[in-house]
Amino acid sequence: MSPAEQIDMLLNGDEAAAWAARHCNVDVVAAYPITPQTIIVERFSEFVANGEVDCEFISVESEHSALSACVGAAAAGARAFTATAANGLNLMHEILYIASSLRLPIVMAVANRAVSGPINIHCDHTDAIGSAFLASWLMFFCENAQEVYDTIIQAYKIAENPRVLLPVMVSFDGFLISHTAERIKIFKDEKVVQEFLGGPRKVAKINLMGKEVELSLNPKNPVPVTFGPLDLFDYYFEHKRQQFEAMENAYKVIEEVHEQYAEISGRRYGDGFVVPYRTEDAEIIAVVMGSTAGTMRYVVDEMREEGIKIGVLRVRTYRPFPYDRLAKYLSRAKVVGVFDRVQDAGLVGGPLFIETRASLYDLPERPIVVNYVYGLGGRDTTPEMIRSAFDELVDIAKGKIKPFRRKYLGVRE
Amino acid sequence: MSSELKSWKEIPIAGVPFKPSTEYKTGDWRAFRPVIDDKKCTRCLQCWLYCPDMSIRIEWEPDGKKPKRVYYDYDHCKGCGICANVCPVKAITMIPEGGEE
Repeated sequence: MSPAEQIDMLLNGDEAAAWAARHCNVDVVAAYPITPQTIIVERFSEFVANGEVDCEFISVESEHSALSACVGAAAAGARAFTATAANGLNLMHEILYIASSLRLPIVMAVANRAVSGPINIHCDHTDAIGSAFLASWLMFFCENAQEVYDTIIQAYKIAENPRVLLPVMVSFDGFLISHTAERIKIFKDEKVVQEFLGGPRKVAKINLMGKEVELSLNPKNPVPVTFGPLDLFDYYFEHKRQQFEAMENAYKVIEEVHEQYAEISGRRYGDGFVVPYRTEDAEIIAVVMGSTAGTMRYVVDEMREEGIKIGVLRVRTYRPFPYDRLAKYLSRAKVVGVFDRVQDAGLVGGPLFIETRASLYDLPERPIVVNYVYGLGGRDTTPEMIRSAFDELVDIAKGKIKPFRRKYLGVRE
Repeated sequence: MSSELKSWKEIPIAGVPFKPSTEYKTGDWRAFRPVIDDKKCTRCLQCWLYCPDMSIRIEWEPDGKKPKRVYYDYDHCKGCGICANVCPVKAITMIPEGGEE
């Protein structure tokens, strides 16, 4: 099957997210403006004002309400969308857990921004990872505007799959992606996307007291469905066990949807979970998420010219964490440098570092794994900075310097 | 835990209740138990009207028109005490659970 017809558009990451939501024919959007996500909601409200989408747009007074409104909409059977960043995501924190436990396939775009304080509007990943670390949301980190558009479309198909039914967070670097215009491809006919998603959201069916009912607040249900009742020591754990299962199922569903989407778009992002670059024979591999992967590939090319066997592995799917893929791609490396754009004082290392190391623990021979914190509060991460870190990794591989647990890249010591 | 409890594979997802609320025995939440004095009770049924948990039960006279006796569904009464509060003749006493009746 050849890919469907697409057109070129000059869009920044936020606009790409708005166009993806438009093409997914979302029923309800509830959002509250916060930099650097605001453009998503601005663009989408223009679509609504122009009558270009058939969607209920709810202006709310806070992010807590934004996600709560999406919870209500999704419980009623709607395809719901929201977007936020930083402190807005923190304010949603309580509702993140409620959305996932009620098994609502909401999709949320997050333009990653440092969390206050001090107040800072620029990129790091503390907001998404800090808020949703344990929230049972699927989490994608995108590298560019094209991937934002593609991933939001994939996200609905993954989230609404009856084997998953969990919300999905699609993250991309604030300003670096959210506000940078790129030439991207979008489907010429939005029907292609809607066919891909199987039309409007189809609500899952459950068996309740011997009758088949929609898992929604549909008043036509033969037996009424109650969302969000008290759930104590007798069944809470069983409901959580179901969430564990759904997250495990997501591995397979992400893989399937990534392949199905490649058929209509012609685009792939590695295997859907990780995107390797020149890792086949690499002795040194950098692990990273987000837009910095592009800068790293540039530095990798430069060092490969010099004969240094180095590569980069970009993690696209942070939840569920692709531990087996990391083990596969990193098993033959001598030294792995994991780059975290997260403030995580007090942990063994950054969240990506911790999970990377844990993913490698079962290998018979493990590479040395060291951690760099970089780019907090939008601190520019230049090719020169990355080169200095990569040179250190080379020196560790050669035994010239001792491995360390953690270093800080680009901070004035 | 009792063997009646189902596994995670047997229940609907999303924490949706799969049986009517009457099957949840909430009586063991009770700290105080309402006890009714039949001699004082006038069968006015104010307690039945106000009970938020439908836990006041009525035994009818054979003609089916007059209440013969008022009693409690202790499986569901949470011991809120509203019945004792509204009883116009003070026929209902709240007694600590586990104490003497």
